[in-house]
Amino acid sequence: MKLRWRKFVSATMLTLTGVCAVISVSLLFFILGYLVYHGGRSLSWDFFTKLPAPVGETGGGMANAIVGSGKLLLLASLIGVPIGFLGGIYLAEFGGTSMAFAVRYTADLLNGVPSIVIGIFAYTVAVLPFKHFSTVAGSLALGVMMIPITMRSTEEFLRAVPRTLREGALALGASKTRTIASVVVPAAYRGIMTAVLLALARVAGETAPLLFTSFNNAFWSPGWGQPAASLPVMIFTYAIAPYDDWHRQAWAAGLVLLGLVLLINVISRLALARGISAPRA
Amino acid sequence: MKTVAAWVFCLALAVCACAQTPLLINGAGATFPAPLYSKWFDEYHKGHPNIQINYQPLGSGAGIRQLQAGTVDFGASDLPMSDEQLAESKTKVLHFPTVLGAVVPAYNIPGVSSELKFTPEALAGIFLGTITKWNDPAIAGPNPNIKLPANDIIVIHRSDGSGTTYIWTDYLSKVSGDWKTKVGKGSSVNWPVGLGGKGSEGLSGLVKQTPNCIGYVELTYALQNSIPYGRVRNASGNFVKADLAGVTAAAAATAKDMPKDFRVSITNAPGKTAYPISSFTWLLIPTQFSDSNKRDALKAFIRWMLKDGQKFAEPLSYAKLPKEVIEDESKAVEQIH
Amino acid sequence: MAAATTPVLNASPATGLHSFVRRLRSGDEIAHLVTLCVASAVIVITSLIVYELWLNSSLTRHKFGWHFLFTRVWDPIAEQFGALPFIYGTIVTATVALLIAVPLGIGAAIFLAELAPPTLSDGLTFVIDLLAAVPSVIYGLLGIFILVPLLRQYVEPFLMGALGFLPLFRGPAYGVGFLAAGVILAVMVIPFIISVSREVLLSVPRDQREAALALGATRWETTWKVVVPFARTGILGSIFLALARALGETMAVTMVIGNTPHVSASLLASGYTIAAVIANEFSEATSNMHLNALMELALVLFLLTFTLNGLARIMIVLTSQRGSGTGDA
Repeated sequence: MKLRWRKFVSATMLTLTGVCAVISVSLLFFILGYLVYHGGRSLSWDFFTKLPAPVGETGGGMANAIVGSGKLLLLASLIGVPIGFLGGIYLAEFGGTSMAFAVRYTADLLNGVPSIVIGIFAYTVAVLPFKHFSTVAGSLALGVMMIPITMRSTEEFLRAVPRTLREGALALGASKTRTIASVVVPAAYRGIMTAVLLALARVAGETAPLLFTSFNNAFWSPGWGQPAASLPVMIFTYAIAPYDDWHRQAWAAGLVLLGLVLLINVISRLALARGISAPRA
Repeated sequence: MKTVAAWVFCLALAVCACAQTPLLINGAGATFPAPLYSKWFDEYHKGHPNIQINYQPLGSGAGIRQLQAGTVDFGASDLPMSDEQLAESKTKVLHFPTVLGAVVPAYNIPGVSSELKFTPEALAGIFLGTITKWNDPAIAGPNPNIKLPANDIIVIHRSDGSGTTYIWTDYLSKVSGDWKTKVGKGSSVNWPVGLGGKGSEGLSGLVKQTPNCIGYVELTYALQNSIPYGRVRNASGNFVKADLAGVTAAAAATAKDMPKDFRVSITNAPGKTAYPISSFTWLLIPTQFSDSNKRDALKAFIRWMLKDGQKFAEPLSYAKLPKEVIEDESKAVEQIH
Repeated sequence: MAAATTPVLNASPATGLHSFVRRLRSGDEIAHLVTLCVASAVIVITSLIVYELWLNSSLTRHKFGWHFLFTRVWDPIAEQFGALPFIYGTIVTATVALLIAVPLGIGAAIFLAELAPPTLSDGLTFVIDLLAAVPSVIYGLLGIFILVPLLRQYVEPFLMGALGFLPLFRGPAYGVGFLAAGVILAVMVIPFIISVSREVLLSVPRDQREAALALGATRWETTWKVVVPFARTGILGSIFLALARALGETMAVTMVIGNTPHVSASLLASGYTIAAVIANEFSEATSNMHLNALMELALVLFLLTFTLNGLARIMIVLTSQRGSGTGDA
C-alpha cells in the first residue's frame, strides 16, 4: 500500500518535471511565433531601404538603424576580439600564476557587470571628454562586453587542444610562440571563431549601453564620430510610443534582430556540437 | 574566410555611408514640439540636402543637460533655463521661442467618449491624490450630463525630465496653494501618485492602453492618437478647449512686453478665450560656436524657421508665434557669432 | 672521469640575464609580455569602472552617507535622494522572478538530466539555450504588447478577487508593475537555471543513484532525496547567477514596471529598479547632485552583482569538485 503511494508520487512528480521542461521549451517557440506573426506582416522593402519618417507620419523605414547596428558591431569586434583573444592565449599558455588567476577572476566579474553600468563607463570615458555622442563610444561599450566572453572561450578551446600536439611541436624545436601560433591556435580556430560569433550575437541585442553613447540619429551617420541609429534603440523608442505605425515597425525590427541573433546562435552551436576539428595524427 | 568576407562587406557599407559627408548638427530636447521639429528638420533637409539636423526628443531636461555638457550642438526645451543653469554654462545660451503649444488633460475612461470639463481644483486634487474616483463631485459637478463610473483614477505622469511636466506643474502651482507647497514646479517632481511614462510618446502610449487613467500631454499627441482630452476652466471662468485660437489668445498679453531673453511663462493667462495651460517652447542656442559651418547653418535655420517654418505649425496644431515676437527674434539671431 | 664531467660543466646554463636575452630573441618572452599586457587590460578596465563610479558619486556619498540606502524620497527639485525605492524594487522583482523561475527551472533540469534520453535532452537544452540569447528589448516588446494587457485584463483582477485580502494583491490593476516585471525577468533567467542545474545534476556520480535504487527508492525519491541534495550547492550557485542577471536587467524592466519611485507592499503596484531609473534619468540629470546620486546607484548595483557572481562561482566550483572527488570509489 505504502509502495503504491510512493510509486504514484514518483510518477506524478516526474510528470510534473516533464511539464516544466515543456513549458520552458515552448516559451521560445511562443516568442518566435509572435514575432514572426506580427513582424512578418510589417516587413517591407521600405523597411530596409528608407530613413525614418517625421514623428507622427506613417511610412519610412529603418535603413540607417540596420547599417548603424552593423557598424557598431564591426567596431566592437575590432576592439573586443583582439583583447579577448590575446588575453585568452595568456591565460591558457602562460597561466598558472597568480596574475593569471587575477585576470581570470576579473574577467568573470566583468562579464557579470550590468550592461547599463558599462554604458555609464563608456559615457564618462568616450563621450564627455570629446563632447560627442558617437559610434565609437557605443562600440567601446559593446567591445568591453565582448572581452570577457571571448577571453574565457579562447582559453577553454586552447586548453582543449591535446598536449600531444604541443609537445610534438616543442620536440621538433619550435619555440613556445611558434607552437602557439602555428599549431595550437589553428587547432582551436573553429571553436574560437564560433565563440566570437556567439559573443557578437550577445552584444547585438544590447540596448542600455547604447542609450547614452551612440545616442540615435534620424539620418545616416557619417564616419565613426557621430551619433548613429541602431536597431535595439529604435525598437525601444518605437515600442513605448503611441503610434500604431511605429508599433508595426518595432515588430518588424524585432523580427530582424531576433532572426539575426538566433541564426548566429544556431549555426555556432551546431558547429561547436560537431566538435572542434583536431588535426589528424 | 567567410567571416573575413562579411567584415569586408560591412566595411564597404560603412565607407559608402560616409562617402558624402553632409554637415551633421546634433540637437536634443523637448518631446513637446517633437512632431513639428522632426517635420521642420526633414523639410529643411529636403531644401538644403547638405545639412542634416539630427534632433532626438529625449525630454527638456536631457536637452538642457546635454547642451551644458557640450555633447549636442543645440538644445530644445519647454522650460526656460533657470538663472543658476545659465550662470553655470560655459558659453552664453540664448532662448529662441519657436511655436506655441498647449498641454491637455488626456484621459481614457471606458464608456465615456464625450468631452469632460475640468476645474483647476479637480486637476490639482487628482494629481495630488486627494481625488481618487472618477465620480467624485469635484469632477462630476461641472459635467452633469455625463455618467462617470465609480472607478479608481489612475494618474499618469512623465518619468523623465520634461518641459511638459514643467508647464503642467507651473500651472498647478499657480492655481493650487496645496500643490505649490507640497510638490512645486519643475521638470521632474516628486509625484504623490501615478505611473511614469518616458517621453510624451511613452506617456500617451500608457494613456491609450490603460483604462480609467488621466495624463497630461501636448495637444498634438492627443490629436494624432485620437485620445480624448478635456476642457479646462481658465482665469476668467470659462471652460476652454485647447486649440489654436485659445493658445494664441494666451500669448497675446505677453507678446507686447516680451522680456529681452524671451524667458516667460504664459500659464493661467488672463483673457476670456485664453487656454490656461499654454506655453512657448524654445530652442537653446549657444552664442559661441567652435565650428563656423554649424553656426552659420543654425542661424540660417532659425531665420527659415521664423518665416517659412511657421506655416507648418498650424496643420500640426501648434500656434504660430506672434508677429512682435518674430521681429524681436530676428534681431536676436545676430547675437550668435 | 675528468673528461666526462668537463663538457657538462661547460654546457651549464649561463647567468639569468643571458638566458633572458636568449628567450627574448626566440620571441617567447615577448609573446609572454604582450599577452600579459593585453590580458591585464581586463583588470585595468574593471578598476577604471569602479574608480569612475566612486569618483563621480562623491557628492552624494558625502552629503547622505549611509542614509542614502535607507531614504525613501527621490526628489530632484529639492535635491533629496534616497535609494530605498530602487533597491526595494530591484529586490522585489528579482524575488518574484526567482519564485517563478526556480521551481520551473529545477523541475525542467531534473527532467533533462534524469529522465530524458540523451538525444532529447541535448535537443531540448539546445532550444533552451537559444532562449537565453533573446535580447532584452525583445522581451520588453512582448511584455508591453502581450503580457501587460493580459495581466491587466485577466490575471490581476483574478488575483485581486481571490487573494485581495493579502496586502500583496491590493490596488488598481495597472497591468504594469512589480508583477509584470517579475514575470518577464522569470522568463529571462529560466535558461540560466536550467542549463547550470542540468550540468551539475549530470555531474553527480552514478554510484549515488544506483545505491539509492538498490536500497528500494523510487526514481523520484532517488532524485529528490539523493541526487539533488548532492548537487545542492551547484544548484544554489545557478540561482545566484540567475539572480545576478535579474538584478542588472534594464530594458525589459523599464518597459513594464511603471517607473514610479515608490515603496509599496502590493505586487500590483508600479515601482522602479536601480537599472531602470539610471536608464531613464541619466541623460537628463540636470544637476550634479542628481548625476552623482545616479552614479551612486550604479555603484550599489555593481557591488551587488559583483558579490553575487563571486559567491555563485565559488559554489559551482565546489559542487563539481565534490562530484569528481567522491566519484572514485
